[in-house]
Amino acid sequence: MSFTSEPDPSSNDDPSSHEAHDESGSENRPGVSRFSGTKAKSNLRLRRRLDKLAENAIFGVSLAAISIIFLIFVYVAREAWPLIAGAVEETSVGAMFMSPFEWQPVSITSRYSVIPLLVGTLKVTLIAMLVGTPVALAAALYTAEFAPPRLKEWIKPTVELLAGIPSVVVGFFALIVLASWIQDVLGLQFRLNAFTAGVALSLAVIPIIYTVTEDALSAVPRTYKEASLALGASKVQTAVRVVLPAASPGIGAALTLGLGRAIGETMIVLMVSGNAAVLSLDPFSGARTMSATIAAELGEVIFGGEHYRVLFFLGVLLFIITTGLNWVGDRINTGLRKKLFGNA
Amino acid sequence: MIIKTQARQLYPFLAAVCVLALGTSCAPVTNQQSVTVKGSDTMVQLGQRWAEVYMNEHLDAVLQVTGGGSGTGIAALINGSTDIAQASRIMKDEEKESALEHRGQAVSEIAVALDALAVYVNEDNPVEALTIAQIDGIFRGEVTNWSQVGGPDAAIILYGRENSSGTYVYFKEEVMGDADFPTHYQALPGTAAVINAVSNDPNGMGYGGIGYASGVKTVAISLEEGGEPIEPSESNVLTNAYPLSRNLYFYTIGEPDGLMGEFIDWTLSPEGQEIVSEVGYYPLR
Repeated sequence: MSFTSEPDPSSNDDPSSHEAHDESGSENRPGVSRFSGTKAKSNLRLRRRLDKLAENAIFGVSLAAISIIFLIFVYVAREAWPLIAGAVEETSVGAMFMSPFEWQPVSITSRYSVIPLLVGTLKVTLIAMLVGTPVALAAALYTAEFAPPRLKEWIKPTVELLAGIPSVVVGFFALIVLASWIQDVLGLQFRLNAFTAGVALSLAVIPIIYTVTEDALSAVPRTYKEASLALGASKVQTAVRVVLPAASPGIGAALTLGLGRAIGETMIVLMVSGNAAVLSLDPFSGARTMSATIAAELGEVIFGGEHYRVLFFLGVLLFIITTGLNWVGDRINTGLRKKLFGNA
Repeated sequence: MIIKTQARQLYPFLAAVCVLALGTSCAPVTNQQSVTVKGSDTMVQLGQRWAEVYMNEHLDAVLQVTGGGSGTGIAALINGSTDIAQASRIMKDEEKESALEHRGQAVSEIAVALDALAVYVNEDNPVEALTIAQIDGIFRGEVTNWSQVGGPDAAIILYGRENSSGTYVYFKEEVMGDADFPTHYQALPGTAAVINAVSNDPNGMGYGGIGYASGVKTVAISLEEGGEPIEPSESNVLTNAYPLSRNLYFYTIGEPDGLMGEFIDWTLSPEGQEIVSEVGYYPLR
């Protein structure tokens, strides 16, 4: 808390003069002393009131943020509710997980199986994490442990800048440049596929994992490193065997955040994955993710129709998946922290 | 005191907000009329070009044109969030009923331009002509290799539009007899994305409005085996000889009047129809 933002002559002067009077004898000039005393007191009261006001305001804002998230979930769930409750004639939640595993919403007999979409989402997310995690962790370890300070001042903001690139720009780059390049290098049948989408998505995930991991590594107490080096361990041994494990709760949080971003990211996969709802684990085939499906189809559906309900159900499913992952990530972090530091 | 300093930091921001608020609240004070146009991605270039030229000539008119797909535009018309819906397909009966029910008036259908739904292949692809039945088989996923239709021995990669697109629905109904696309069919957002994919993929095949066809080859289509292949040219579309000739439509609630009516009349005038040719579609007459 900084109270020094605005020097206030009355609040600074009065208490000192009050003290001076006390030392020299308060009965000497009682009037002045009493006067400045009450002024300081009222000033303090004002400050406390302002403090209380600020506290309440901050509380209100955070409450608003929480309730907005909660209300969004309530809205999405409410729109999907008739489907969950079985009040939609054409399809049901059970049918969405059963054969035929096809996503054909605009058809004579519409089929809404979420399985190909789930497979597509997991496929793209997994590839993005497998490509992005090693790069982000290695980069963070280098910046935190090995880079000269001046270089570090450059690297970190630059990588963080990557997070600020709009995903539509990343998607455009991947669509025009990356897709052709990957197809030529690997000789792929499909130009737009889950692998290319995953690589493009890793560009969005890397800065998140990198920056949180780097903070976690930098926060490891110096004494750990000094002890390790003093025992004769090399710099690399210290970084990999001491700093990395000590920062593991933070790294866990970084990976969870990255995973959440990868699952929810829409624009990049919409542009690059080919949006083919195939049921295949082949990373070089197309993929249709849940988020891209919602984005591509929600604009057209009839308000309150079965297709509309199904898309909102996809939203609920996405919400549950990301919340679940956050919860699991949080549990792992708490466990690690307990193991490392003996308290949660 | 903390609050005071924070407030001071907020002043420029607050000032910006006030300016914005003033700016938007001032707009309706002048004598401007505005019309929103929303829908078909096939027609979005055409609509924007029309709006641009029209607004240059009529300074008090404001026209906003956005895409999203014919289905999106029609849904917006029914919901009342657009004045004109652009559509590259005819409005379905349920949609017309829904519009009547929600808006209390029947929709007006105005054909504003002609389009040939073109089938695109890569420029290096030797295939020049296909029959309707072959295109149908390819997009149903029954014909999977170019060698089956006179091309090289390579798998056919299918590109097309998302199911919110009027072109998607038109193609599905007119070419495929309402059969479903196969699962490996790649659905792309917008005809421009389809063109990009086909122009970059030697084995790619896609479909879309004729106005977008640059950097790809359009296939001549014959009605049956041995029949004469017909190019999607202006004369073939005007005589309706090209099998996938279609109208592009404006839909409004009730009879269009005011600025909306004037704008629609203007798009049908020789000047408006000239822009149709400029954009790459075919004029009505």
